[in-house]
Amino acid sequence: MNYRSNLEKSLSEGRFVITTEIGPPKGSDASKIRDKAILLEGYGDAFNITDNQTAVVRMSSLAGSLILLQMDMEPIMQMTCRDRNRIGLQSDVLGATALGVRNILCLTGDHQSFGNHPAAKGVFDIDSIQLLQIIKNMRDAGIFQSGDSLLGKRPCVFLGAAANPYADPFEFQVDRLRKKIDAGAEFIQTQSVYNIEKFSRWMDDVRSQGLDKKVHILAGVTPLKSVKMAERMKFHVPGTDVPDMMYEQIKNASDPAKEGYRIALQTIRELKDIKGIHGIHITALFWEEIIPALVKDAGLTTRI
Amino acid sequence: MIITKQKNFNELLRCIDSKPVFLVGCNQCATICRTGGKDEVLALKEALETQQIQVSGWVILEPACHQLNDKRMLKDHAEELNKSTKVLVLACGNGAQTLAELVPEKEIIAGTDTLFLGEISHVTEFNKRCVMCGECLLDIYGGLCPVSQCPKSMLNGPCGGSVQGKCEISLQVECVWDHIYQGLKKRGALQALSVIQKPKDWSMAGEMKRRI
Repeated sequence: MNYRSNLEKSLSEGRFVITTEIGPPKGSDASKIRDKAILLEGYGDAFNITDNQTAVVRMSSLAGSLILLQMDMEPIMQMTCRDRNRIGLQSDVLGATALGVRNILCLTGDHQSFGNHPAAKGVFDIDSIQLLQIIKNMRDAGIFQSGDSLLGKRPCVFLGAAANPYADPFEFQVDRLRKKIDAGAEFIQTQSVYNIEKFSRWMDDVRSQGLDKKVHILAGVTPLKSVKMAERMKFHVPGTDVPDMMYEQIKNASDPAKEGYRIALQTIRELKDIKGIHGIHITALFWEEIIPALVKDAGLTTRI
Repeated sequence: MIITKQKNFNELLRCIDSKPVFLVGCNQCATICRTGGKDEVLALKEALETQQIQVSGWVILEPACHQLNDKRMLKDHAEELNKSTKVLVLACGNGAQTLAELVPEKEIIAGTDTLFLGEISHVTEFNKRCVMCGECLLDIYGGLCPVSQCPKSMLNGPCGGSVQGKCEISLQVECVWDHIYQGLKKRGALQALSVIQKPKDWSMAGEMKRRI
């Protein structure tokens, strides 16, 4: 079997995978990506390169992905629909795959009002589900969104999407996951999990519809570094669910970072035991240096 | 004014799917556009009845986007509304949504496509004049809006694609930059165009609510 990426190969072979995230810098400095990559090398099967995350201008995810490829590490290039229309997005799919990108994560993207250019016009010509379908059709049918044919090589890419078990309405989220799978998603990275009980209920629904057999689900984990971060996640970040007890534990801890680490480790252990979870996606915001220890302590291993 | 265009009759028939339907028109924009005034509503009623579709009643709202007026006027049609399963609205997208809020138990069919905010240039001709960007720049351009009238919304001069005053995307479209230039020239105010206009603040276009 010819796999498009190592991530696809590992998942297809039934290995429990780890993906982590590298946020590109707010400057033109490739070494910022390299430094983070060196830190994380060996502690992830593939690495998400974010696309102007939270609508803050950063080095492009395509450039960041290329820097990673030059280090023989495998990127998951994130693509949002906020800044490019269907012409720009399809063009970048061709460019990225020509340069060796083999995993793309399709997202709609945070609204521009959250970032550092709130006066910008948001594009949102298409949404994440449509983007999945467009790239799938470029790859499998050799056609662009308009129906026009690609000439020459088709983009060879493993397609991913996000899922949020904590978004409202809760009952609709599994249907939305199904839509993403139907549109072309082959792997899923979920919103950061804090409320395991609710996540398990979502996974029960996912399994009851057999969706865990159709897509590889990677559960998201974001260690809480401080009381301030726990507060932000609990009260200000839409679509996250930090249970009261967990919030109290961090708040009352003499060393909140240590407690946050313990909770993250515990969460990973519990997620590993949930049927249908094929990996963990760790996003340690401003705390990347914690990832190697977390991966080791959780008893996770990568192919490389 | 909100400029609309009536949807294709066969498309409407498919949406109605032989269910009894109540028709709604609007006495303002849709009347002037001839898409949802009394004449158009009655013509549609007749056309539907020819297709054996029961029309339980009709009303011309004053205007359809006015929730309080709608509530009052729909009271007089409660029985006719009751007999229908669907409500077909010949007004703009706003009018159709106001109806959807007022009669949530009914299926709403939008009878028109809403095209733009524009002026009535002739009795039967309408031209786009505003995209409701939330921050009016008209004073810079001698009263003509490049944001709405230029397909590229160019703020610092024409793109170079127009030919004899006609836009490159269609000969039906006049190049607004031609008019802006000629207008300012006549007034001896061309120096206004030498200023580099900064990227527009689009955040105001995202306003979703206003209270006074």
